[in-house]
Amino acid sequence: MTSPMKEKIQAAKAQGKTAVIPYLPAGYPTREQFWKELEMLDAAGAAIIEIGMPFSDPVADGPVVEAACLQVLEDGINLKWIFDGLKERKGQLDAGLLLMGYLNPILQYGVDKFAEDCEAAGVSGLIIADMPIDEADFVIKAMKPRGVEFIPLVGLNTSKERMALYAREAEGFVYVVSVLGTTGQRDSLPTEVKAKLAEVREVFDIPAALGFGLKTPSQLEPFGDLVDAAVIGSSLISHIKNGGTSESYMKAWT
Amino acid sequence: MKKGYFGDFGGQFVPELLMPPLLELEEAMNTIMTTREFQREFADLLRDCVGRPSALTHCPNLSKDTGVDLWLKREDLNHTGAHKINNTLGQALLTKRMGKKVLLTETGAGMNGVATATAAAMMDLECVVYMGAVDVERQALNVRRMELLGARVIPVESGTKTLKDAINAALRFWIAEQGNTHYCFGTAAGPHPFPLLVREFQAIVGREARQQFQDKTGKLPDVVCACVGGGSNAIGAFHAFVPDESVRLVGVEAGGTGEPGCYNSAPLNLGSEGVLHGMKSMLLQTEEGQILPSHSVSAGLDYPGVGPEHSALHASGRAEYDVINDTEALNAFQVLSRREGIIPALESSHAVAWVLENKDKLQGKSVLVNLSGRGDKDMDIVERVLG
Repeated sequence: MTSPMKEKIQAAKAQGKTAVIPYLPAGYPTREQFWKELEMLDAAGAAIIEIGMPFSDPVADGPVVEAACLQVLEDGINLKWIFDGLKERKGQLDAGLLLMGYLNPILQYGVDKFAEDCEAAGVSGLIIADMPIDEADFVIKAMKPRGVEFIPLVGLNTSKERMALYAREAEGFVYVVSVLGTTGQRDSLPTEVKAKLAEVREVFDIPAALGFGLKTPSQLEPFGDLVDAAVIGSSLISHIKNGGTSESYMKAWT
Repeated sequence: MKKGYFGDFGGQFVPELLMPPLLELEEAMNTIMTTREFQREFADLLRDCVGRPSALTHCPNLSKDTGVDLWLKREDLNHTGAHKINNTLGQALLTKRMGKKVLLTETGAGMNGVATATAAAMMDLECVVYMGAVDVERQALNVRRMELLGARVIPVESGTKTLKDAINAALRFWIAEQGNTHYCFGTAAGPHPFPLLVREFQAIVGREARQQFQDKTGKLPDVVCACVGGGSNAIGAFHAFVPDESVRLVGVEAGGTGEPGCYNSAPLNLGSEGVLHGMKSMLLQTEEGQILPSHSVSAGLDYPGVGPEHSALHASGRAEYDVINDTEALNAFQVLSRREGIIPALESSHAVAWVLENKDKLQGKSVLVNLSGRGDKDMDIVERVLG
C-alpha cells in the first residue's frame, strides 16, 4: 500500500529539500483566518500540514501551544468543525494532512467514527501525544483500514527496544522529539539528538521528522541526511500571534 | 487483565517521553520496595516519625445521638495531620533508594504538598511543588508551611489554575527532569504504577483499622466509609476489607453546592469514562471530551477525575459511591467538633456527613469512618462560608 505521508516527504527530498511540516491548532488564530493560513502553508510548499485538535489538558505541550489550544477551545472549536471544514476543502490542498492531539476527545467522539471522518476528510495521518505504543492497539486497528497512518513519537530517552515496538506499527514517518521536554522553541538543541537520529535510522525504515524546540532552519544543519522533515509549531504560532502570516513565516523554511 | 489495569480502568496514557521513568519506577517497586531492608526502614519511619499505628476511636456521644455505632480511624493524628504522609514518606524513601535527588509533587489544598515537603526534608531531598495559582491564593498558610520545610512552590497560571493544571505542570516538569527527579504522585491516580504504588503505601490504614476493630469488638465493621477525591485515603481504608464480603464499602464524593448546573467533584456519580492524567477512569467532562472544572468547598476533593481502582470497584459493585454536598459536610464538621471534640478536615467531614445523613438506614450498624485529616487548615474557609 502506498503511504501518502511518506510520499510527500520523499517528494521534497527528491528536490533536495528537507520536508517542512508546520503545525497549527485548528481554528487558530480565528475560525476564518485558520483556513487562509492553511492555504498559505500549502502554497508555500508545506509537505504535510499538522492540524492540532484542541484538548483542555495538553501535557506534552509548552505554554505557546497550550495557550493557543485553550483559545480555540474557548471559541468552540471541536472535531466536527475540523472535519466539516476539511471535507468542504477536500482535494484543494497539495499537502498531506495530519491530525495531532490527545486521546480523550477522540474517545468521546468514537474511535471508529473518527477514523471514518478522517478518511472522508482526506486526513492520512494521526499523532496522539498521550498514547504510547503499549495502549495504541485499538486505535491503530480502527485507523489502518481507513488509510490513516499511525505516526509514532520517539524521544531522546526512547531505547532501541522501545523504538522497535513502534517500528512494527509505524507508517508514514517517525516523529523524533528533539528535546526532553514539551513543545516550544529553543535556542539550541541537545547534543544527544544526532546520536538518537542515527539510532532511529537503524530501527525504522520510514522517513524521520524532527520536531519540538525548532526555531530556525539552521538548527537542522548538524544532522545532515539524518533528518528528512522538520516539524514547526510554537515558532509559527508565535509568528502569527505577533501579527505575521504563515506565508511570511514559511519563507525562512522553504 | 492487561498490565496496569483494574478491570477496564487504569493504563499508561502518557507521552512516550514519560514511559522510561514509569518503567524505571515499576522496576524499583519490584526490586527495592520488596526488600526486607526497605520494609523495615519504612516501618520504623512510620512508627517513629509518623506516629503509627494511628488510633481507632469510638464516638460514644454521636453513637448515642444517631443510633449508629460510629468509629473513626484517626489519620488526622499522623504527623502533618493527614493520611498523605504515609504515601509521601514511602515514595521519598523509594526516591532516595533509587538515587534520585528531587522529589516533585502537585498539590491542591496543600496537604499533599506539605506532606511531600516534610518527607523530602526528612530524606534530605530537594522538593518542588506545583500548585494552581488560585490554590496558592486560598491556601496561603500551607504555602508558607511548604516553604518553611524547604520546598520550592511554583504557582501554575494555566488552565483552571487549580489541582488539575498543577498535575499537568508537574508532568511537564517530570518529562524534562526525569533523570534526577521522582514524581511523588499525591493520590492513587495517574498512570500505572502510581495507583498501585500509592495504594501500597496507604493500605496500612485499612490493615491497622481491621485489626484494631476486631481487637476491640471481636468482629468486622458493617460499613467502611471514606471520602473520595483522587481516592488515596479511601483505597487505603478499603483495600484490606475488599475480600470481606460482609463489609459494605462506601466512598463519598463531593457534590459542591449541589445546585443544578453547578460544578461538583463527583466523577463516579456524575461523570463518564475517559482519559486524563495518564489513566482511563471516570471523569467530569463535556460530550466532546474536554475536562470540566470541578468544585467543592473542600479543596482536597476538588478534582475532576478519580483513581482507576475506584472506577473499577464502582463498576463491579464491590464498593458503592455516594455524594455529599458542601452544606452537609460543613454541618458534619461542626457536629463532630462539638460532640466528640475532634475537628475533622472538610474532606473527611464528607464521610462523617454520609453517616449522619444515612443514620436511619444504619440503625444498630457499626460504621468505621476513615478520618483522613484534621480540620485546623479549614478554619478560614469554614468561617468565611458560615459567616
